[in-house]
Amino acid sequence: MSIAAVAFYAFSMSTLVGGVFTVVSRNPVHSVLWLILSFISAAGLFVLLGAEFVAMLLIIVYVGAVAVLFLFVVMMLDVDFAELKAEMARYLPLGLLIGVVVLIQLMFAFGVWDYSQGYQQRISEVIGNGTNTAELGAIIYDEYILIFQLSGLILLVAMIGAIVLTLRHREDIKRQDVFTQMMRDPEKAMELKDIKPGQGL
Amino acid sequence: MIGLEHYLIVAAALFVIGIFGLFLNRKNIIILLMSIELMLLSVNINFVAFSAFLNDYVGQIFTLFVLTVAAAEAAIGLAILVCFFRNKGSIDVEDVNVMKG
Repeated sequence: MSIAAVAFYAFSMSTLVGGVFTVVSRNPVHSVLWLILSFISAAGLFVLLGAEFVAMLLIIVYVGAVAVLFLFVVMMLDVDFAELKAEMARYLPLGLLIGVVVLIQLMFAFGVWDYSQGYQQRISEVIGNGTNTAELGAIIYDEYILIFQLSGLILLVAMIGAIVLTLRHREDIKRQDVFTQMMRDPEKAMELKDIKPGQGL
Repeated sequence: MIGLEHYLIVAAALFVIGIFGLFLNRKNIIILLMSIELMLLSVNINFVAFSAFLNDYVGQIFTLFVLTVAAAEAAIGLAILVCFFRNKGSIDVEDVNVMKG
C-alpha cells in the first residue's frame, strides 16, 4: 500500500470514528471534541484530494468557529444531559433501522451509478495550472461573484439574527448611561456650603 | 490506488451516521445540530471528491458555499437554542410547543 492509501484509510477511519462517538457520546463536551476530530480528519481527506484551500477553510471555519461555538453553548447552558440521554436506548433500534435502510438505498444508488458519456475526454482537459487557491479565486471572483456576495449577505443576516435573538436588555440592573454622564454639569453636581464654626448644618 | 468510490463510501457512511444521530438523540437539540453538521460534512466530501476526480473546480466552490450556509445555520440554531433555554429552562425537543403546532 502506498503512503497515500495508508493516509486515506487512517483519515477516513478517524472521520467515521469521530462521527460515531459524536453521536453516541454521553457528555456533550466529549461530543464536540469528537466532532472536531471528525472535521480535522475530513480536512486531511481533502488535502489528499488536492483541495488544500477547502481543507484549511474547513479547519478554520469548523474547528475554529463552529465547534467553539458549540462548546461555548454546551458549557453556558446548565442542562441536565443525563436526563436527556436516558431515553437514548428507546430510540436505538429505530435509529439503527433507519440507518441501515438509508445505507442500503445509498448502496443501490452506487450499484447503478456510472460515469456519463464522454467523461474521459472531459477530465483529460487540463484546467488551469496555478495553485489550488489561485484557481479557486479566479473562478469565484469571475463566474460566481454574485453568489459569493450573496453568501456574504447570508453571513451578515446570520450575525445580526444571532445578536438580535440572544441580546437581552435587563431592566433590573444598574447600567452606565454615557450620554447623561457626559452632559452632566459639574457646577450642579456639587454644592459648597459655608458652615460657621461651632454650628451644625 | 484510492478511487472515487472509496471517498463516496466514506461520505455515505458519514451521512448515515448523521441520520443515526438524528434518531438517537431525539431530545438533545445540541447533538441534533452536530448530526446535521456531520451530514453536511459528508456532502462536502462528496463534492470535493467529484471535483478532484472529474477535474472540475466548481465542486470545491460549491463546498465553500455549503460551508458558509452551514456556519450561518449553526450560529442561528444555537442562538435560537440559547433563547429557548432562557424561556423554558430546557433544551428538550418535546418542550418546543409554544406555538401549539
